[in-house]
Amino acid sequence: MRVALFVTCLADTLFPSVGQATVRLLERLGHEVVFPSEQTCCGQMHINTGYQREAVPLVRRFVEQFEPYDAVVAPSGSCVGSVRHQHAMVARRAGEEALALRAESVAARTYELSQLLVDVLGVEDVGAHFPHRVTYHPTCHSLRLLRVGDAPLRLLQQVRGIELVELPDADQCCGFGGTFAVKNADTSTAMLADKMRHVLSTGAEVCSAGDSSCLMHIGGGLSRLRSGTRTLHLAEILASTEKEPA
Amino acid sequence: MTSTFLGLPTVAATDTEHLRGEPFPVAARRALADGQLRANLGRATRTIRAKRQAVVDEVDDWQELREAGRALKAATMARLDEHLEQLEAAVTARGGTVHWARDAAEANAVVTELVRATGSDEVVKVKSMATQEIGLNEALASAGIAALETDLAELIVQLGNDRPSHILVPAIHRNRAEIREIFRREMPGVDPDLTDDPRQLAMAARRFLRSKFLSARVAVSGANFAVAETGTLAVVESEGNGRMCLTLPQTLITVMGIEKLVPAWQDLEVFLQLLPRSSTGERMNPYTSMWTGVTPGDGPQDVHLVLLDNGRTATLADEVGREALHCIRCSACLNVCPVYERVGGHAYGSVYPGPIGAVLSPQLTGVEQNATLPYASSLCGACLDVCPVKIDIPSLLVHLRAQHVEQHRATHRLPSPEAVTMAAAGWVMGDERRFAAAQRAGGAGRLLGGRRGVIATLPPPLAGWTSSRDLPAPPAESFRAWWRRTRGEVS
Ligand code: SF4
Repeated sequence: MRVALFVTCLADTLFPSVGQATVRLLERLGHEVVFPSEQTCCGQMHINTGYQREAVPLVRRFVEQFEPYDAVVAPSGSCVGSVRHQHAMVARRAGEEALALRAESVAARTYELSQLLVDVLGVEDVGAHFPHRVTYHPTCHSLRLLRVGDAPLRLLQQVRGIELVELPDADQCCGFGGTFAVKNADTSTAMLADKMRHVLSTGAEVCSAGDSSCLMHIGGGLSRLRSGTRTLHLAEILASTEKEPA
Repeated sequence: MTSTFLGLPTVAATDTEHLRGEPFPVAARRALADGQLRANLGRATRTIRAKRQAVVDEVDDWQELREAGRALKAATMARLDEHLEQLEAAVTARGGTVHWARDAAEANAVVTELVRATGSDEVVKVKSMATQEIGLNEALASAGIAALETDLAELIVQLGNDRPSHILVPAIHRNRAEIREIFRREMPGVDPDLTDDPRQLAMAARRFLRSKFLSARVAVSGANFAVAETGTLAVVESEGNGRMCLTLPQTLITVMGIEKLVPAWQDLEVFLQLLPRSSTGERMNPYTSMWTGVTPGDGPQDVHLVLLDNGRTATLADEVGREALHCIRCSACLNVCPVYERVGGHAYGSVYPGPIGAVLSPQLTGVEQNATLPYASSLCGACLDVCPVKIDIPSLLVHLRAQHVEQHRATHRLPSPEAVTMAAAGWVMGDERRFAAAQRAGGAGRLLGGRRGVIATLPPPLAGWTSSRDLPAPPAESFRAWWRRTRGEVS
């Protein structure tokens, strides 16, 4: 299958290894990955902070870039959540009904990585190898906006050598929330503290998730604690092999 | 903001004292420092969450019920003006008197006059959010009328000279040791050897309240529902203290937000299933009291209904935002909210705390009066999952944030620093060449990274991030640079 990669501005800029892992993984599974080069950002940060007018050109750009493809994948539950649940709304609010209709059509074929693999491509065993103790944070937007369910866990369960440990209170928000983490830094930090406590209680070497933003938050906290537990995106674990370990 | 002609005039709340407080981040910071509060809240919300989940899981058609509740509310709001007039006619036909109040001041004046006319200087109260919203107790006090809360938790709050912090469990921030102290200090005639055994505490309150029920001549209540076709009002409660107030006194005055009505008797079938399971986690609440005007010789003979606007018509005029008026005040969204669980109700500065409070309070006061509340959420979506009438609270918060930004833009000559940043980010993201250039410039940010390859301090406003979290130093090569280098061609 030919899949267009929406790498997300965050992974593009700060976590390129997540994008590279997504490409490696899909190509290993025999799919063709294309990278529409004029893509930038889905506009989620603007929309969630109240700047919907500024988000309209970003929505238009996303639609124009990805309209030609049958399937779009992003290694981020929250960016896909924004594409699916906000793009058409933003266009409508700006009075752009035609753009809204196009956005709805692109959104319907835009998938979060685990959704694409399990629900569209029908694979659970991606042939990965990752001999480490891992706990998985399901992230709010994957869980509640996209309803990916246990797709990420089904993928992880098939990874050779992995020791998967259940995260207590996994469905609780890590406290990131985009600009919430800065505007309400104290509350965000209190939520993060509980998430880290649960992560550390599992004794995992690696805390994984399907969203670089939540991982940046959790990982930033774990790094500050010098906890020794590192964060890795789901794509990086699934891309990992004996020859090319993550 | 899109607004619609409603067939009735729209009025914004003017007296908003009980709907707003200091900026949320400031109040939250103080609340977070209170370890006792966090322990009380964490324990209490966890217990209620589990109870709710258990009784919701046993209902096979829960999702259909939610959808029925949502659809009923939406249909009601679409013809609210007609239903209200129908309600007024029905209540009047059964011997009740209907009063209309545009805002808190008008509602308070109506109630004060009605109590004065009875010659009584004391009223007993059924737990009610509407009367808290308008600050009725304070208004009555300044007219020399004492209002006594009879809901156990409200009584604890009232005796403790405190403010409620939860819609359903107003004293959720208190544990039983604190409650014993409040009773010993403030409850007239209480046993000085009172322990913190819940049963003993309840019995002490019961003895105290019983004497008040028997002497009170006037009661004030809110209403969970009003049935337009019959003129019936309904109060749903657990303790039975509400039932005492609704049946014993001669005069009964009910203050109700205009959004609380349902068109037909049969509609209660849906809401009386949704409400108790969502709020107290019970299959059915112990007491559901209903009254229709005056029943000669039985119960209150002087019955009044005060219909309160106080910003509701203004909310109704907002095509997106009006969904918040569907709320049946079950408080399920508070109990699952990770923000509420950590900061408690007082931090919201409004009688309506938690996720729905962060929506409703700014709607009733106007968002400019309450600009930090729409941002008091990480948009995790837990509230939407549990809401019995499927109110999309995260989307409403995003909608109010946009209103706030638009209103700021319309009323200020200079953009806020945030608006400048957002515009700049939008400009950079508006073109892939500018974005790539910014990434290259940002790559220089690696220089900020210390030996561990992370950034540990940043200037404001990003200092809020680095106060508790490191930030990874930008990598040497962005993804798009890597793609271009390794794949050469671009699609
Ligand atoms: S918004 Fe929904 S969950 Fe929250 S109190 Fe209202 S009805 Fe209950």
